[in-house]
Amino acid sequence: MKKAFPILGVLTAVLLSYALYLALEVAPREQTMGDVQRIFYYHVPSAWTAFLLFFINFVASVQYLVRQKPQTDKVANWVVMAIGVLTCIGAYVMKPLPQGMYPSSVVTTGIAIVGFYFLIRKYFSEPETDILALTTAEVGVVFCTVVLVTGPLWARPVWGIWWTWDVRLTSTLVLWLIYVSYLVLRRFSTSGQTPVLAAALAVFGALDVPLVYFSIWFFRTQHPQPVIGGGGSIDKRMLHVLLINWLAFLSFAVLVCWSRYRLERMKRDVEETLALEALLEPRSSVR
Amino acid sequence: MSAPTGITLATLTKDIRLEWRSKDAINSMLFFALLVVVVFSFSFDPNAEESRVIAGGLVWVAFLFAAVVALNQTWARELRNQVLDAYRVSPAPANSLFLAKAMGNFIFVAVLEALMTPLFIMFYKLHALGPAWQLIPVAILGTWAIVVNGTFFAAMSLRTRSREIMLPLLLFPITIPALLSMVEATTTILVGDPSTSAKFWIVLLATYDVVFTTGCLALFETVLHAE
Repeated sequence: MKKAFPILGVLTAVLLSYALYLALEVAPREQTMGDVQRIFYYHVPSAWTAFLLFFINFVASVQYLVRQKPQTDKVANWVVMAIGVLTCIGAYVMKPLPQGMYPSSVVTTGIAIVGFYFLIRKYFSEPETDILALTTAEVGVVFCTVVLVTGPLWARPVWGIWWTWDVRLTSTLVLWLIYVSYLVLRRFSTSGQTPVLAAALAVFGALDVPLVYFSIWFFRTQHPQPVIGGGGSIDKRMLHVLLINWLAFLSFAVLVCWSRYRLERMKRDVEETLALEALLEPRSSVR
Repeated sequence: MSAPTGITLATLTKDIRLEWRSKDAINSMLFFALLVVVVFSFSFDPNAEESRVIAGGLVWVAFLFAAVVALNQTWARELRNQVLDAYRVSPAPANSLFLAKAMGNFIFVAVLEALMTPLFIMFYKLHALGPAWQLIPVAILGTWAIVVNGTFFAAMSLRTRSREIMLPLLLFPITIPALLSMVEATTTILVGDPSTSAKFWIVLLATYDVVFTTGCLALFETVLHAE
């Protein structure tokens, strides 16, 4: 495992530079928007990465909460299995699906939920799920900030405005706010049970996101419909560049998360050792 | 079922009696909301047409900020003499305590709203053009939305440095959909445009209330015992 980290680092550097070359040189010029459109190759991969990280944070937080008691853990396993099965069946039974959703994408989501849940359950112990939740939230906020900065930069020349209270923009902003408050809670908490409080807040945030989405969806939306899986069309070459960019961003995110994860684990190990040493020290030194 | 409701009622009456005698929360809330009304009123100085459009936002933002004052005192009051620790070790179910606290806050904020609404009508020359009775479900559901999450996050922010600041930081991002629904519903009713209806927002508020009341009841015990 120790050798894998530098290998991933080199791979990420190569991928990122190749993706940059593709985005600036190889990708065709967009007909109406011109070169401004190239920001899309950073905006969209960052958004996908941020949402994926927040999703992992949510799964890790749920795991942390349910693993406190063995019986809730058991119930949660069955509930997750049921959610996976129901989404797969529902994708083909429910007709018509909301606009922009295909049965295959719904099935993928269902399998992803179950897959992530059990993968994290298998490979992370209870304290480790908390470290995972912390690192994914931190890195997710960074990627979400990139999305919120590149969005207006693109919107100004194309829409003529920096910002609009549209459904995707606002949901992303609210998601960012929720996760910033999550990080603030972790920083300011004086309790020894910070992980529990933070995990509860993460669950509340996840409950909030669909409600935010629906509340703003009621207004007319201005953001371009998703070009992938949303009924839009995209040039094959552009899609290729986009996916390479996503791969590069994803491996960058994994690299940063990994390094942050190792740091946090080391920090907790040191704290634990210091606490143990303080207990074992002879009484005389205390006076 | 009788024992948990008994505990809820006992805690609720205790809180109301305490508030009735001290009037700590209600006085500071009232004064705060009054200040907001006055400051906004003379900084905008709207006529009847303009105020119809902005009043929904002003009213609910004022009530939200004022509610934070009461919410901050909910649990801080129990820290004196280690009352909260006594709750933790007692066999009383945590959720009946939570419900009592949430209902108590609901009553305080409802009293505040009942007292402040006439002032708002007076200062902003308000007159609803739509079906005014719909404001009642909006007020009830909206107040519960603020109060149920507020009570939960107040318990969460007990264990943080500078907890008075922490509560709004946690509460406001989560409350955004509820606040948006309350403001939009109120504005729709006040403006009375026949092509739009406040029903969607009322349903959304009700959904928000159901989702977060369930969430709070499911997680409150864990948060209460996290020390």
